[in-house]
Amino acid sequence: MAEADLTPTAQIVTLKPTKGWLGIDLKELWSYRELIYFLTWRDIKVRYKQAVLGVAWSVLQPVLTTAITTLVFGVLLKVKSDGLPYPVFALSALLPWHLFQLSLQKSSVSLVGNSNLITKVYFPRVIIPFSSVLAALVDFAISLVMLFISMAIYRIPLSWNVFWILPLTLLTVLAALAVGLWLSALNVQYRDVQQMVPFLIQIWMYATPIVYPITTIPEGTLRYIYSLNPMVGVVQGFRWALFGGSPPDMTLLISSLAVLLLLVSGLFFFRRMEKTFADVV
Amino acid sequence: MMDSELSILVRGIGKRYKIGSAQQRADTLRDLITAQAARISSRLRGKGRRSSEPDHIWALRDVNFEVKRGQALGIIGRNGAGKSTLLKVLSRVTDPTEGYGELRGRVGSLLEVGTGFHPELTGRENIFLNGAILGMHKKEIAARFDEIVAFSEVEKFIDTPVKRYSSGMYLRLAFAVAAHLEPEILVVDEVLAVGDADFQRKCLGKMGDVASSGRTVLFVSHNMSAILRLTQESIVLDKGRVLLRAPSNEAVDFYLNRGLSKMGERFWEEDEVPVSCAPFRPLAIRILDKTGQVSDSVRSVDPIQIEIDYELSEDITGLRVGFYLFTTRGEPVFTSFDIDSEQLFREYTARPAGVYTSRCTIPPDTLNEGRFLLGINASSYGIRRYFQDDQALSFSVDASGGPGTHWPESRPGPVRPVLDWNIERKGGV
Repeated sequence: MAEADLTPTAQIVTLKPTKGWLGIDLKELWSYRELIYFLTWRDIKVRYKQAVLGVAWSVLQPVLTTAITTLVFGVLLKVKSDGLPYPVFALSALLPWHLFQLSLQKSSVSLVGNSNLITKVYFPRVIIPFSSVLAALVDFAISLVMLFISMAIYRIPLSWNVFWILPLTLLTVLAALAVGLWLSALNVQYRDVQQMVPFLIQIWMYATPIVYPITTIPEGTLRYIYSLNPMVGVVQGFRWALFGGSPPDMTLLISSLAVLLLLVSGLFFFRRMEKTFADVV
Repeated sequence: MMDSELSILVRGIGKRYKIGSAQQRADTLRDLITAQAARISSRLRGKGRRSSEPDHIWALRDVNFEVKRGQALGIIGRNGAGKSTLLKVLSRVTDPTEGYGELRGRVGSLLEVGTGFHPELTGRENIFLNGAILGMHKKEIAARFDEIVAFSEVEKFIDTPVKRYSSGMYLRLAFAVAAHLEPEILVVDEVLAVGDADFQRKCLGKMGDVASSGRTVLFVSHNMSAILRLTQESIVLDKGRVLLRAPSNEAVDFYLNRGLSKMGERFWEEDEVPVSCAPFRPLAIRILDKTGQVSDSVRSVDPIQIEIDYELSEDITGLRVGFYLFTTRGEPVFTSFDIDSEQLFREYTARPAGVYTSRCTIPPDTLNEGRFLLGINASSYGIRRYFQDDQALSFSVDASGGPGTHWPESRPGPVRPVLDWNIERKGGV
């Protein structure tokens, strides 16, 4: 066994009661980057284990949802779709939405699901919801390929605007992380949260212009309030980046601010609750 | 700032748990609302707060000690004495409520082997995952990978999901990863309770290596011989406080003679039993001599009676209540359960709620002289373990009058049976 580094300069860790509100320690988080990597990798590896179709599910899910949505809203209810073929219209919104939904589902139960780690080993707890959000990105990447294929089928040209998808995806991830931080920390104390999440997701989906175009909501104050839902800006931005049309104006700005607010408050809330996780979970 | 010779410094550390959160935590909003409503209504009725019941308990209080670099310190104490809480505070899993401490360097905790193992992942994948969770870098894990696999003796199955492993293989692999951690401070809790005797020996050897390579080790165990072998000094914890810090042999003696109940009988107060044991609640365990008197010291030539009193708040199916008998060195002598016999097993498949005594007799001429420990276990096989306390009670056996006592020598071994010898003369000279 090799000699450990026992120089007197070895880092000193202090134990003391933590009080009040704490910020996030980015330096510490960076030193745990490998753990983030491995936990994300585990979540991805495990998700489709022992499923016959395996990773194909990440393609099937958006395809099936798109088909159902198209049938119900496009064909039966004849909802407007900004002049686009309804399947493409729906899929372009369902992609970021699925990313958000999956991230939220996984991250909200992540702390409770990893209680064996939390009660046994120290690491910054924020890593857990964070890595479950990251794991959802893989599904997203796969289904993004699906979107480009279907756009090619419908002969819809791409513009340079398509690169706006990257910052918009980041915004989605941050939005999911922000809500995930709140919900996962609350779920440690109140298991009601995990019962509530499916309803929350359902309501949230209808509060986002996925099956209907944003133009359904009248412009002005109402549209601004509507944009407080971060996914409004994201979905609107996605459609613009892919198909052109009305650019995401104030909507995106309001949505981004809402994400920022949720994220900062979520981080503080999480850090405040963090110290009790091991005792309560 | 602490002296550079020190590795751990702890000053006045205390950890308080709210009874509301530690024991009957509000799991759902409904529970919280009902609890709040009950509190408000009792206040309205003018009863005020239940002043007799404190709403918090101190799992640790005013704990002070330091550990030099390269020292192995044992931590001894009964279940509930605060050992696990102390290790949790030191490994930063939970914050102390008061006090201050400093640790020099990386702390690796082995609070339970296999933490974070995922059944669906292969042995290889779990080594990396578990290593990362325990704080190893990917490069370190890769460098030690072969060593870890060799130590675990599961080479052939390294690419098989661990859910297909036998429990022995699983534990060996888990321990192998943990044992190859190289933090400056290693915190170990009861890992030696796993595996077969051979593997335990191997683990003890590995722990010895860690200590002798200049790392600091904190070692918690109920196995007194492991404590004596691995540590030079130990602290004895009781009710969250440090009772004694002394060379390990003194600490072990102190603990065995004073830390446990003395009079051959042990009662469990309601607050000593975790709520999670319900519907089982141990009430008492006692040793009776042949006259039926509670006694701490019995004779090997007499029958020894053991009684376990307990209460079931609900019906339990398949419950068995029994004990482990250990020597004070922690070596098991035998295990026995109240429904071991075919007939009682059939008669007591289900036990209705109520208060019970399970009583048994150790026949005369079974045990050798010395001191023994009784551990109690209440479980439904394959379903659930309700309660276990490996050190419920200790007692002494006096062998005078037993076989071979006409020689004034002490005989090794925990049992002293009367065997049926006969001597045959095969012929004359």
